[in-house]
Amino acid sequence: MMKILKYSFYDLIRSRWSYVYFLFYLTLGFVLLFLNNDVSKAVITLMNVIIVLIPLIGTIFGVMYYYNSREFTELLLAQPIKRSSIFMGQYFGVAGSLTLSLVLGLGIPFGLYGLLRSNAIFDFSLLLVTGAFLTFIFVGLSFVIAIANENKIKGFGYAVLLWLFLAVVYDGLFLMSLIVFEEYPLDTFSLVATMLNPIDLSRILILLKLDISALLGYTGAIFKKFFGTDLGFLVSMAILFLWTVLPILGLRHKARRKDF
Amino acid sequence: MTIEINNLYKKFGKNQVLKGVDLTIGKGHIYAVLGPNGSGKTTLIKSILGMVIPDKGDISILEKSIKKDWRYRKQINYLPQIANFPPNIKVKELLHMIKDLRNSPSEEETLIALFGLEPFLSKKLSTLSGGTKQKVNIVLTFMFDSPLIILDEPTTGLDPKALICLKGLIQNEKAKGKTILITSHIMQFVEEMADEVLYLLEGEIYFKGTIRQLMEQTGQHDFEHAIAALTTTESHDENS
Repeated sequence: MMKILKYSFYDLIRSRWSYVYFLFYLTLGFVLLFLNNDVSKAVITLMNVIIVLIPLIGTIFGVMYYYNSREFTELLLAQPIKRSSIFMGQYFGVAGSLTLSLVLGLGIPFGLYGLLRSNAIFDFSLLLVTGAFLTFIFVGLSFVIAIANENKIKGFGYAVLLWLFLAVVYDGLFLMSLIVFEEYPLDTFSLVATMLNPIDLSRILILLKLDISALLGYTGAIFKKFFGTDLGFLVSMAILFLWTVLPILGLRHKARRKDF
Repeated sequence: MTIEINNLYKKFGKNQVLKGVDLTIGKGHIYAVLGPNGSGKTTLIKSILGMVIPDKGDISILEKSIKKDWRYRKQINYLPQIANFPPNIKVKELLHMIKDLRNSPSEEETLIALFGLEPFLSKKLSTLSGGTKQKVNIVLTFMFDSPLIILDEPTTGLDPKALICLKGLIQNEKAKGKTILITSHIMQFVEEMADEVLYLLEGEIYFKGTIRQLMEQTGQHDFEHAIAALTTTESHDENS
């Protein structure tokens, strides 16, 4: 698996899109710091951007990579390599190179700005860790969708729909159900509903750490009340981890049965 | 026996592609796998390679069942039909990578010289023409020493000179006692190369034998017509 990972990663970090993605974060980091002139505020703005953007980029990159390397995957399948190693290697290659773009793209401007001397360093690292989780989760989900759909356009469509659902529609439905059922106790419901969406979960995880009550919202407040800041942090981290593992298991399962 | 297939079934959705294929392939011959489009040639080959997982039946390669195994693929060199490589990698990096993945001794230098690929070694694969890509594909296939070689449409995109080189290579490997499976739609190529013909029709082995036997059975004098006659003899017999 490590060999496939190495080559996928190597292939990707030399592609134009990795640089575009890297440069985008680099610019975003510099612009935010220049406009805000404050690391903590920049982290919050950044959170709002990357929490929607990372899943989108992860989804699109994942699907694109899978379909583009299909013939090459077939070549690899005829080699004496275990099937799951091929797909795991490609998955970690894509997710790894995207995470590298994110970490370097944001790390460089913040590092230059004097992040290491500011006390926002932990908030900032948490932002990057969450970003990495979201990248791995959405690349994994998009790989599962792509492997389950022979048809490129269908696969692409489903993947983008999944992103749209989790990033936008989910919140709307959630809010609506809160209004409709406002006469009932909704604590457990909103707790579970938040855990079922990795994007919402990441948002709450970062806000809990930043300790900004004003931005927490209803679900965040419940999270905080229910678990407390520290336990809430650990629980949401654990669930994010679970969210990362599930697509990987799904991918392995699908890869084992698929015909090429 | 190099390959032994018993009662192989495979269905894609509602389409039953292989309907109980039984086949034994001995050592040291060139076999041509022929059949009309959609007769299951590629499915059969991909089942041997473990890329398609059969619904029923078993396949043994060199006396070993291939179920849930992947190490046996070390014994197979496979030339896929369409060569599409990662675009950002250079030719020599690809060669290096496959060598690294297979971890067995290889002799690519002579092959590179044979096909005149030296000027392309430092070029990215996305910049190569179709024929050159096919040459790279052939080098990748023949650079390892394995007892079984499977070629899926090896002639695609090759110029006459490269085609002659390819034929020489195949004969060479045969002389070393290797088993070679070829699919092709170019009958002249098959006639020149193959010792035996396997004719697949509607998911079953319809004919297996030498080219001479095929011509005798169909009563034709040239190979192309004999193949064409194979598909029609049955209806022909019914009519007469």
